[in-house]
Amino acid sequence: MKKDIILAGVGGQGIVSIAATIGYAAVAENLFFKQSEVHGMSQRGGAVQSHFRLSDKEIFSDLIPLGKADIIISVEPMEALRYLPWLSKNGWLVTNTEPYINIPDYPSLDSIMTEFSKIQNVIALNADKIAKELKSSKSANMVVLGAASPYLDIKFEQLEKAIHTLFGRKGEKIVEDNIKALRAGKDYKP
Amino acid sequence: MMNLVLLGDEAIARGAIDAGLSGIYAYPGTPSTEITEYVQHSKEAKEGKVHYTWSANEKTAMESALGMSYAGKRAMCAMKHVGLNVAADVFMNSSITGVNGGFIVVSADDPSMHSSQNEQDSRYYGKFAFIPMLEPCNQQEAYDMMHYGFDFSEKFETPVLVRITTRLAHSRAGVTPKTKKEQNSVKVPDDLRRYVLIPANARKRYKILLEKQAGLETESENSVFNTYYDGKDKSLGIIVCGIAYNYLMENFENGIPYPVLKIGQYPLPRKKIEKIFNECNEILVLEDGYPFVEEMLNGFFGSEKKIRGRLDASLPRDGELNPDLVAKALNLNSSQGSAIPALVANRPPQLCDGCSHIDAYKALNEALKDYTPGRVLSDIGCYTLGALPPYETINSCVDMGASITMAKGAADAGLVPAVAVIGDSTFSHSGITGLLDCVNDKTPVTIFILDNGITAMTGGQFSPGHGKLEDICKGVGVEPEHIHVLNPLSRHHEENVKIIKQELEYNGVSVIIPRRICIVESRKMAKERKK
Ligand SMILES: Cc1ncc(C[n+]2csc(CCOP(=O)(O)OP(=O)(O)O)c2C)c(N)n1
Repeated sequence: MKKDIILAGVGGQGIVSIAATIGYAAVAENLFFKQSEVHGMSQRGGAVQSHFRLSDKEIFSDLIPLGKADIIISVEPMEALRYLPWLSKNGWLVTNTEPYINIPDYPSLDSIMTEFSKIQNVIALNADKIAKELKSSKSANMVVLGAASPYLDIKFEQLEKAIHTLFGRKGEKIVEDNIKALRAGKDYKP
Repeated sequence: MMNLVLLGDEAIARGAIDAGLSGIYAYPGTPSTEITEYVQHSKEAKEGKVHYTWSANEKTAMESALGMSYAGKRAMCAMKHVGLNVAADVFMNSSITGVNGGFIVVSADDPSMHSSQNEQDSRYYGKFAFIPMLEPCNQQEAYDMMHYGFDFSEKFETPVLVRITTRLAHSRAGVTPKTKKEQNSVKVPDDLRRYVLIPANARKRYKILLEKQAGLETESENSVFNTYYDGKDKSLGIIVCGIAYNYLMENFENGIPYPVLKIGQYPLPRKKIEKIFNECNEILVLEDGYPFVEEMLNGFFGSEKKIRGRLDASLPRDGELNPDLVAKALNLNSSQGSAIPALVANRPPQLCDGCSHIDAYKALNEALKDYTPGRVLSDIGCYTLGALPPYETINSCVDMGASITMAKGAADAGLVPAVAVIGDSTFSHSGITGLLDCVNDKTPVTIFILDNGITAMTGGQFSPGHGKLEDICKGVGVEPEHIHVLNPLSRHHEENVKIIKQELEYNGVSVIIPRRICIVESRKMAKERKK
């Protein structure tokens, strides 16, 4: 088993929580993993990414080679496209469609959607909208993770457990909200 | 069984604690900050009363650590690569005094400049100072090297430099810990003159340092961190340092056909290098950072053998390595996916909505409207983002503290008024001495200390001058009537502009302190209050 995952988004959108969730689940499944993350300057509203590697064998590089990512999980549509050089031929792109516009030259959403249509395996969902409908607007990141969960080779229960571990300190309500979001993502039908 | 999941930085911190650390001294700086933060949050460190508060800058940090080592205990200081410039004086001299308790300096380099002004390679400092170095390739080695490093430091009475790069600092993986060691007790050095570097002693100590080198080399020769892996195909030999080892391994799932010398400890193991050099037709050097090893192999007149690396363009001369660049240097195929669509725009970092620096810059821009441009010398911190549109307020960012002193030089040259913009944490790091120079010369400068209460850029650490800024300025000799605290909010814009304009006209030193808590920090505080 080997999964190379790229997490993408904008600083502050919660890709650290996605990474931590997959991380806890990976530890519970007794897998090797390496996760490289972004700290510092770029976290201030800039583009951020994290390389997440899972395997049942020892992993060497902290970075995923070009063309070897099995999946890109993005909480922002334009950011999803930034990492296409890493996506393997049969890889999946799972992305939020709600744009985060903090630059003057942000492209039109239509043009982004056109780019999505050129990719073989895409799941594009409006995670912000889904999270809002669940009255848990801060959990859009977990909706996206839920939508990606069938392709991770990790048992869904492990992800739920990981959310308990990660958010347990913040109270039962936050745990519930995040799990609801995760499930809604998993059950998403285009 | 791996039972800890740690960032490279955290593995270093945990390794040090488990190896009997008594104190860490540091000033924050990406990618080194999490080392100290781990100690600050560690239960074990608290129980062991390990010192962990932030220092004013890297020099004060390293000196304090050296002092703790003088008193017999194991001490560490951690910094980003440019921090080592600030602490270079004590670093260079600490190899001559030697150490008593184990003493480790961690310097985190930032190739590709993810969050830095340059990508200098700390290994040159180690060589410069005759200080042995350790360079881990992964989180486990980072952990293990702290145990090894402290023992080594005490055995040879030498500081040890641990060099990492961003990628390891900020990558997480499983780590197996070792049994925890007790801390040393207080014990001053046997020779009480050892640290007195008056020339007569210093000459003696320097000879001792030089004599020590052969032993350090033997230690490198036999180190588990310098391993020779034989290979059948001698057409190429690969010397690979630190994290570059991972990128090499990534490219050979089924084993490497060539001999490989993996380097994790310096000075370089000369015999092992000779072996791979003699056995193979060509040498490829893989190292993240400058071509430090490659240059040494080439020597001044080049080598009779072909040495490939960053200097012969087998690898790019600058920037961080990755598995794809290493594949290319080995003539292996890489499998790039589709290109980035042209519509993808850059998304640089920017000041947060509601950041106090925004209002300070708006007021300063307006106050400077009638002057010719190019007179705002600035510094390093979140406020450096004020160089970008829409503000474009500041004209420099060189090294911490340089705003005040560069503004002084510019004013001395006749660029009057000259303005300095510096953050509160940067001011206490190394702005105070420059302010003293200005006061002594009564230089016409207007100095902005942007006080958001914390060290924001690196994630909201304690700011060493917090609550003391006006007193510091007065103490240094700034006239009290030329010290102004502003409230940087749009509703105070007009009055703030008026005060700034007035001080720009003043023919002497003025200090303006726009003060409002960092917006990220204030949200954090509000959340904590709710809990
Ligand atoms: C010698 C050195 N040490 C550390 C750093 C990392 N660093 C850059 S800015 C900064 C803190 C700035 O804090 P402050 O001056 O309060 O400004 P703020 O980010 O809060 O606006 C630090 C620690 C550096 N660039 N150089």
